[in-house]
Amino acid sequence: MGNTITEKILMAHANLKKIEPGQLINAKVDIALGNDVTAPIAISEFQKAGGKNVFDKDKVVLVLDHFTPNKDINSAEQCKLVRKFALEQQITHFYEGGNVGIEHALLPEAGISLPGDLIIGADSHTCTYGALGAFATGVGSTDLAAAMLTGELWFKVPQSMKFVISGSLQPWVSGKDLILYIIGRIGVDGALYKAMEFTGDTVDKLTMADRLSMANMAIEAGAKNGIFVPDAVTREYVEKKAKRKYTFYLSDTDAVYSDIMEIDAGKIEPQVAFPHLPSNSRNVSAAGNIKIDQSLIGSCTNGRIEDLRIAARILQNKKAAPWVRLIVVPATPAIYGQAMEEGLLKTFLDAGAVISPPSCGACLGGHMGILADGERAIATTNRNFVGRMGHPGSEVYLANPAVCAASAVLGRLAGPAELA
Amino acid sequence: MIFQGRVWKFGDNIDTDAIIPARYLTTSDPQQLALHCMEDADPRFVGKIKPGDIILGGENFGCGSSREHAPIAIKAAGLSCVIAKSFARIFYRNSFNMGLPIFESKELWPAVNDGEEITVDSTTGTIIVSGGRKSFRINSIPPFMEQLIAAGGLIKHIAKKYNG
Repeated sequence: MGNTITEKILMAHANLKKIEPGQLINAKVDIALGNDVTAPIAISEFQKAGGKNVFDKDKVVLVLDHFTPNKDINSAEQCKLVRKFALEQQITHFYEGGNVGIEHALLPEAGISLPGDLIIGADSHTCTYGALGAFATGVGSTDLAAAMLTGELWFKVPQSMKFVISGSLQPWVSGKDLILYIIGRIGVDGALYKAMEFTGDTVDKLTMADRLSMANMAIEAGAKNGIFVPDAVTREYVEKKAKRKYTFYLSDTDAVYSDIMEIDAGKIEPQVAFPHLPSNSRNVSAAGNIKIDQSLIGSCTNGRIEDLRIAARILQNKKAAPWVRLIVVPATPAIYGQAMEEGLLKTFLDAGAVISPPSCGACLGGHMGILADGERAIATTNRNFVGRMGHPGSEVYLANPAVCAASAVLGRLAGPAELA
Repeated sequence: MIFQGRVWKFGDNIDTDAIIPARYLTTSDPQQLALHCMEDADPRFVGKIKPGDIILGGENFGCGSSREHAPIAIKAAGLSCVIAKSFARIFYRNSFNMGLPIFESKELWPAVNDGEEITVDSTTGTIIVSGGRKSFRINSIPPFMEQLIAAGGLIKHIAKKYNG
């Protein structure tokens, strides 16, 4: 009986010859990630355990991206604590200030997360790196402390679900729409404790940016990880970025899946997930007349250069509606620079956008774009829970960058087809 | 262990933004976090609970972000444990790792009212309601998780290995 890619990566890192779902294993981690919200608790736990040195200064990654640029004195203190630790421990991959990018956009771009890796991060969207053919999963701060201390962590081997996606995508449909559609079908706990493996001829043609958006939101279906079997697209993406060896693991043809779901991608329209769950997705054409106050284009889900190019195509020679605050957040300094070179930032400014430095702030209702009571935002982000972007009486609608750009122009939920 | 207290019921998919909104994550001080426990699910929650009270969630309790601030806020607010029909996986892991007792039961939710007193006996795996007139089984805890609880959490469990 064969194994899935998820099982093979776990097996290799646990140094086992056989593995099966449900089994508890201890496995070596290649990357352990923390940010300014989760690392302070991890550092405190690390010190309580008598920790002196992290297991490997090249494998612990600390990114100050959530409440930065520092929102207030408390957040400045949290960053100060992490900075002190990073300097004392001589952490190779420590990012802040002008180097910082939104962690899940930054790590793949910098070649820190690679195919075949086992990656844990004290941030639920760590599952993003599954797009590269890595096993990547979100954990809490105590888990991060344990991994920083020992270089290992316990895992329960998940069952795998296979999503076979086939057919050609309609105009303006992206990876974001595929994942919103899938979460809409299976629910926010539809993949609870499981691995979501995405495959099929549609997936073969998806860009890495689209794959990263999809793997990013596996957690919104409750999954332990989302994963793509690496291929030529993966190789092209990683070969110039990687500074160490990486491994392509493939799922065996006789691997066992708990569920197999076939999806006809050709029938999927651009999606919008209504408040207050990512699973409340429906076709944007059926959204009705819903006025918006804010449109946010950015985040670890959709703040990549490909996303900004799509938004700029729609916003070219257009303006956001006078009552809409349009916020664009390039996810990393490299993306910011590239967007500047390509003239995208000029397009955004001319459209009336505020351009934010790379930060998670607005997405999680931290700072840089908070909603008041009764306000509505459409966002390319990943969560629309109650109070996610501000006041508990505000609302968040999730969509792809094209829909968020078109909605900004029309001042209500709208697909790009309405602007044509 | 015995946990005794009034239950406070919540629905399905209570996410970590509801348990402790991100706007309060500029600190990891347990007492500060406790002041806002469950705020976006029930703004009056902190004012009505007494030490030892119990949260009773529906399916997928603790979904969303990985913030360990969620179980920290619950524990520091004085709640003794959380029972739910099911838990989201990172919340489940975090609770065992940091020492918040959590139990799974699908049957309890429809059988009790808000504010009703219950007793949970984790040794025998039972929940007693209405002074013993009704009782329910807790889903059993995997042996490894029992080891974590016995050690006092993940850090104490691995510290022995690390320092040994």
